[in-house]
Amino acid sequence: MTITAAPVTRRLSLAARPLRCRNCGAVREAAPVAICDACLGPLEPVYDSGRRLPDRAAIGARVPSLWRYKEWLPFDGEPVRSLDSGFTPLVEAPALARRLGVGRAWVKNDTVCHPSLSFKDRVVAAALNAAAAFGIDTVGCASTGNLANAVAAHAARAGLKAWIFIPDELEAGKVIGTSVYGSKLVRVRGTYDDVNRLCAQVADRFGWGIVNVNLRAYYGEGSKTLAYEIAEQLGWRLPSAVIAPMAGGSLVSKLHKGFGEFLAAGLVAGPAPRLYGAQAAGCAPIVQLVERGGDQIEPVAPRTICRSLAIGNPADGVFAARAIRDSGGWASAVSDAELVDGIRWLAQDTGVFGETAGGVTVAAALSLARAGRLRGDDEVVLCITGHGLKTIEAVGGALGEAPVIAPRLREVAALVERPHPLTPSPQGGEGERA
Amino acid sequence: MSITVNLPSVLAAHAGGARSVIATGRTLGEAVADVAARYPALGPRLRDEAGKPYRFVVFYVNDEDVRFRGGFDAPVQDGDEVTVIPAIAGG
Repeated sequence: MTITAAPVTRRLSLAARPLRCRNCGAVREAAPVAICDACLGPLEPVYDSGRRLPDRAAIGARVPSLWRYKEWLPFDGEPVRSLDSGFTPLVEAPALARRLGVGRAWVKNDTVCHPSLSFKDRVVAAALNAAAAFGIDTVGCASTGNLANAVAAHAARAGLKAWIFIPDELEAGKVIGTSVYGSKLVRVRGTYDDVNRLCAQVADRFGWGIVNVNLRAYYGEGSKTLAYEIAEQLGWRLPSAVIAPMAGGSLVSKLHKGFGEFLAAGLVAGPAPRLYGAQAAGCAPIVQLVERGGDQIEPVAPRTICRSLAIGNPADGVFAARAIRDSGGWASAVSDAELVDGIRWLAQDTGVFGETAGGVTVAAALSLARAGRLRGDDEVVLCITGHGLKTIEAVGGALGEAPVIAPRLREVAALVERPHPLTPSPQGGEGERA
Repeated sequence: MSITVNLPSVLAAHAGGARSVIATGRTLGEAVADVAARYPALGPRLRDEAGKPYRFVVFYVNDEDVRFRGGFDAPVQDGDEVTVIPAIAGG
């Protein structure tokens, strides 16, 4: 008697949602494309309006990851990859609230997002599940660093090949934090905008899943989970203001969408938070659009140490500016010196070490508060989106040298008796806190 | 005057499948007008009703974003390569 193994059929229980053009409204089947065939407008996933949505208790009983909100992510069925990303701490920050002169403040701490220590773990979790749904075995991205880290880490875990393109002059932490995972890392001479253009051509030529190009419609939805988590972690209510950094502008527009979806689902009550966007002054095309009005981004050539936000031609800039204005918020650009101070204020007020974009966010919050845009009764959430150890070059020079001593008690005593602090405070920091 | 205009696949579909077409003109705007005249389906996907660059594409002349070079007024010359990229990507 011959025993033959029954054929094993592996059926993926995951399918990507269809897509609709945000410009002309045309609907198409799910596909690894991000632009409309007809008008070249951006595509976004279409959700089944009759789908069964969970209530607060059902969500609260789920595993603490971004997939606890799966009904608002662009898939049918169960996710198969990156199941443990998201659900980062929301940390109350009373010292930061005092510094800003607002009622309460929290840090949404995506510096500890799993596994690559930035909010890009959220979007990559979504993108790599889209890649699974489409049977794509090679993924990639154009990145200013955090996305590179995230794609490399998630792809390694999923056993996917990855081609990652970055500008040639990125911080060492961003470069090493990508290449360690075994991805094919390519450094391109030029700015992020040059890398981005190249990746649009790469996606078109090689048929890979470039997460922020042809998988962008699915990828971007992952950012909404930041909004959902803020609402749930505040006890199913909304803050009055949210401040987030802006590079391509996607995060702010997805926060707007995410808060709106939870309001529509009746999980929280209004009003929606005012959204504030933060950029470095050396690359602030979205801030300029908010201040100027209109509906066209004017690209800039980036000049800032905040490389993670150095996108001169932001793909979602128009949508971000619209979300900011519709919400009643505003935008602010800060100098490189201010962002370095911002990193230090954040660390010293909250115990959270953010990368340059975090410094931009804190410094912009202070600038908005000084301009009267944040109020004394505001409840403010600052989105701190990447870990400071990735960009130590930015802040290292601003910190004093730690003293080196012999292992003798009297040398410690001499330090204790010293009148000045071991490391200088950021400019103006002590005075404001006094 | 011979300028090569490279098209992404989403636009090539509107040019009989051609991934690149040859154009003539002294400015980018003239080259685009030349392409639009020969491939009518491409026209409205390259320039808007006001004759400005269509908002969902970005033009590069020899790898440089033309928005830094005067847009459609950017001069082009024999041998130049124009690349059209969908605007919604990256970041």
